[in-house]
Amino acid sequence: MKDFHATRLRERSGQARWILGVAFLILAAAFFRTQILQYDRYRLKAESNRLRPVPLQPARGTVYDRTGKVIAETVPGFSVALLAQSIDSLRQVLQRFSQVVPLDSSQVDKTINRFLEARYQPALVLGNATREQVARLEEHRYVLPGLVVQSEPRRIYPRGTAVAHLTGYVNEVTQTELDEGRYAGARLGSEVGRSGLELEYDDTLRGTPGMRYIEVDARGRLVREQGAAPPLPSVAGKNLRTTIDLDLQFYIDSIWPKGQAGAMVAMTPRGEIRALYSTPAYDPNDFIGGISATEWRRLNTDPTLPLLNRALQVKYPPGSPFKLATAAMALRRGLVDLHSHMPVSCNGGLQFGNRYFKCWQKRGHGSLDLIGAVAQSCDVYFYQLGLRVQLANMLADGVTMAFKDRTRVDLPNEVTPTWPASTAYYDERYGSRGWSNAVTLNLAIGQGENTQTLMNMVRFYAALASETGTSPIPYVVRPDTGKGFDLQLTRDQLNGLRTALVAVVEQGTAARSKTAEFKVAGKTGTAQNPHGDDHGWFIGFAPAEKPEIIIGAIFEFGKHGSVVAPYVVRAIRRYILGPDSLEGRRATRLNLPGDAPAPQREPEPPGAAPDTTAPPRVEARR
Amino acid sequence: MSRSLGPDRPLLIVVGLLLLFGVVVLYSAGQTDVPSFAAAGAWRRQIVWIMGGVVVAYAAFRVSPRLLEWAALPVYVIGLLLLALTLVIGGGAGTAASSKSWLYIGGHAIGQPAEFAKLATLLMLARHLSGRREAPETLRELLPACLIAGAPALLVLAQPDLGSALVFVGILFAMLFWTGVSPVLIVILASPVASLLLAFNAWAWAGWMVAVSILWWVGRLYFWEGVAVFGANFAMGAIALPLWRKLAPYQQNRLLTFLNPEVDPQKAGYHAIQSKVAIGSGGWFGNGYLQGPQKRLAFLPEQHTDFIFAVVGEELGFIGVLVALILFLTLMLILVRIARRATDPFSSLVTFGILGLLFTHVFENVGMTVNVMPITGIPLPFFSYGGSFLMATAVGVGICLRAAWDARLGGYVDV
Repeated sequence: MKDFHATRLRERSGQARWILGVAFLILAAAFFRTQILQYDRYRLKAESNRLRPVPLQPARGTVYDRTGKVIAETVPGFSVALLAQSIDSLRQVLQRFSQVVPLDSSQVDKTINRFLEARYQPALVLGNATREQVARLEEHRYVLPGLVVQSEPRRIYPRGTAVAHLTGYVNEVTQTELDEGRYAGARLGSEVGRSGLELEYDDTLRGTPGMRYIEVDARGRLVREQGAAPPLPSVAGKNLRTTIDLDLQFYIDSIWPKGQAGAMVAMTPRGEIRALYSTPAYDPNDFIGGISATEWRRLNTDPTLPLLNRALQVKYPPGSPFKLATAAMALRRGLVDLHSHMPVSCNGGLQFGNRYFKCWQKRGHGSLDLIGAVAQSCDVYFYQLGLRVQLANMLADGVTMAFKDRTRVDLPNEVTPTWPASTAYYDERYGSRGWSNAVTLNLAIGQGENTQTLMNMVRFYAALASETGTSPIPYVVRPDTGKGFDLQLTRDQLNGLRTALVAVVEQGTAARSKTAEFKVAGKTGTAQNPHGDDHGWFIGFAPAEKPEIIIGAIFEFGKHGSVVAPYVVRAIRRYILGPDSLEGRRATRLNLPGDAPAPQREPEPPGAAPDTTAPPRVEARR
Repeated sequence: MSRSLGPDRPLLIVVGLLLLFGVVVLYSAGQTDVPSFAAAGAWRRQIVWIMGGVVVAYAAFRVSPRLLEWAALPVYVIGLLLLALTLVIGGGAGTAASSKSWLYIGGHAIGQPAEFAKLATLLMLARHLSGRREAPETLRELLPACLIAGAPALLVLAQPDLGSALVFVGILFAMLFWTGVSPVLIVILASPVASLLLAFNAWAWAGWMVAVSILWWVGRLYFWEGVAVFGANFAMGAIALPLWRKLAPYQQNRLLTFLNPEVDPQKAGYHAIQSKVAIGSGGWFGNGYLQGPQKRLAFLPEQHTDFIFAVVGEELGFIGVLVALILFLTLMLILVRIARRATDPFSSLVTFGILGLLFTHVFENVGMTVNVMPITGIPLPFFSYGGSFLMATAVGVGICLRAAWDARLGGYVDV
């Protein structure tokens, strides 16, 4: 047929070559586009197909005391996680898992939540697995597909409960916190500080997480744990050197009366905190690898509020230790000198208007000068002193002495003390005719609309103990910028007040706590508490001539400051004399409660009481 | 005559290289971190099939084209009967277990009749077209050829196997072109298919109907033919949507995911995406032989059959792909040459039909791995593991070798 003539065939085979050429060019172009132009995109897709990132947690920085003893450190531990394809397969594996290592239902729920938060990462099951658990799991690896065991740094607090409120604790960061960017640089699975130093210096301590990659197949099964892709190593956190004297901290813990709620703070005149103890406490080690739900519930519902740092987060009426502030106000204004007597001598009380204000000493103190009044803690003297200073001046001076401010110590969640800025406070609260000058009398002896944290009161005494009468800014690692306040007292006035405080311990309300080696200056206090027994205070410093340490303590419901004094004095001795202090033999004698009877006063207006019922604000950042 | 007599050496060499390349890649396809029993030993079984294929190819080489021409009709009828039989007693295999593409006798899978039918159909077409005095010039004259190719295509479509049905269409168009049917007529013949596709957009379809009118004029169709073409286009446009609804969901998804694989990345689009990921991550030089992670970790599906070319892309890179494509192109150019030099129209048409068959397979299979074509399960010649298709290919190669041999014996002179 003519269509198969050679020339026609030539024509058509030419066309056929063209068609074939174009078709193969299209194919080649498609491959060029996919393999060369879009190489990066598909490479990335291929990698994310097969590689699953596993975060490498950094070792948290060690917290040292001032001599290099370890307060909190990081040791090698194990974490166990599961890589799963679907929630159903995860449940099945968890079922088998719990036959090897028992899990409670909350652990199962948490694992499933972690899986839902990041499906392509192994979901953490045990954050803090023991060597035995790991060994048992490895034995059963064949029924636990996707098991990822990883050595992971683990936080430990060698003596957790003794330092709990100082160090705080760490805990896994939540998805919400990551979304809000509250912890910069943290990633899912990171442990972040929740309170105390761990929170305050979280950025320093935490370090930077790294990443390693494991290889999985199309069904999400683990194929290779090592060497699938180069890992990104984690960077350990920086260490923290603190001003803490760990021996003193532990000593305080060891002498503290069992079951007594309260706090003790030790500070140098420069503001370095040597000890910060609050009890009841929790064990920060319990939080490592995730605290169990029951334990967390117990901590939160415990009526003794173990999560509450009583040195910073609770305000108490300062009581008698505040009389030194009243005295300083009068002295700096030149209204009295150290030997001034008040017009009315103490007969056990003072008639003011239509009310009779009692002195704690029913039989009265007679006529005292300022030093004697401090030593005997004579209420009648200070009522009159307060009236002489006048309410408005007292309030203004209280503000300059920082009774209205936080100490700015480098620890989180410090509460702001209560102190009226001016008389407008009373007008607002009670109406301009609803209050009388009687509030001045209450304020003068540390009652009334005045509640202070232990830290703030110790800071005030640090000012008294300092050479120039200026207050430090307390700190554990780094002081806050700025200055403290100046008492504006002459050296003689300061020395006079110290002499009076020595007299408190030598012959006054804490006479049973005196010590032979050096003179201790201090002041007891009994703060009225409408919720129960009075709170006992004692704040002291030593040696009185050249103070090295200021220690204050509060015993909740401790009835009287003289109960507290011996413990503070023992801590002072331990600090100044070191481990050789003869406290062992003297302990029994020092431990006796004071013989002074509980003073009686008018009930305070409600609301000014220490707010010990407030829930601990451990979640908030300062 | 200076040329020594012997089989067509370029064809033998290219086919040999393609087979070697195929087995090498097939071996790699079995090397996975995730045990895959089907793929692991496939290369060994494939070598056995290749040895069988050599025997079959030699047998086909020894058969005279005259005998083939004579046997075309009975072979074609047997092919149709086997396809019909498969629809009744056939079964599925592998990933297409629910379709009926395999013929079982006594519980043993003995082959896929569609592969046999492809050869039978192209022989029948060659016999019919070479028997004509002139190339078909009207649509009416094209009707017998369309019926010859259409009958097996419909039977295969009923399995359902869209990919193989496409191959029959590919063979038909290649052979019509080689017979000398005018390109305009071929386009007109194909126009109802375009209508079917364009009907999903009213404006595109309206534009296409205008184009068909122009073709009517350009192609100088008889009036009734023109009406028929117009009517066929109109009917296709009308039934497109009902037909779409009649398609099995997996077929719908395959077509949809061809347009955009991301619509269903976990199911229908999974193959398309993973194949592209494997190929794309290969870059210029690939991840290295046996080293492709997507293949090793079973992200790449059907890596020893339908998606074997993705293994080439992932492990040997763009360079490896180019080598394979150039080998295929060379093979087809050799077949064009053999078809041109063939001693008689029948041999020439059979050779070109085999070219059409191989081209459709290669373009569809390679194209689908990079989303140039929709995904259908048809094998890649010389690469994909599978006996039936390899045997069919071997027969085809044998016939082409004979055509080349005859041309040389006849003292072909290039004009």
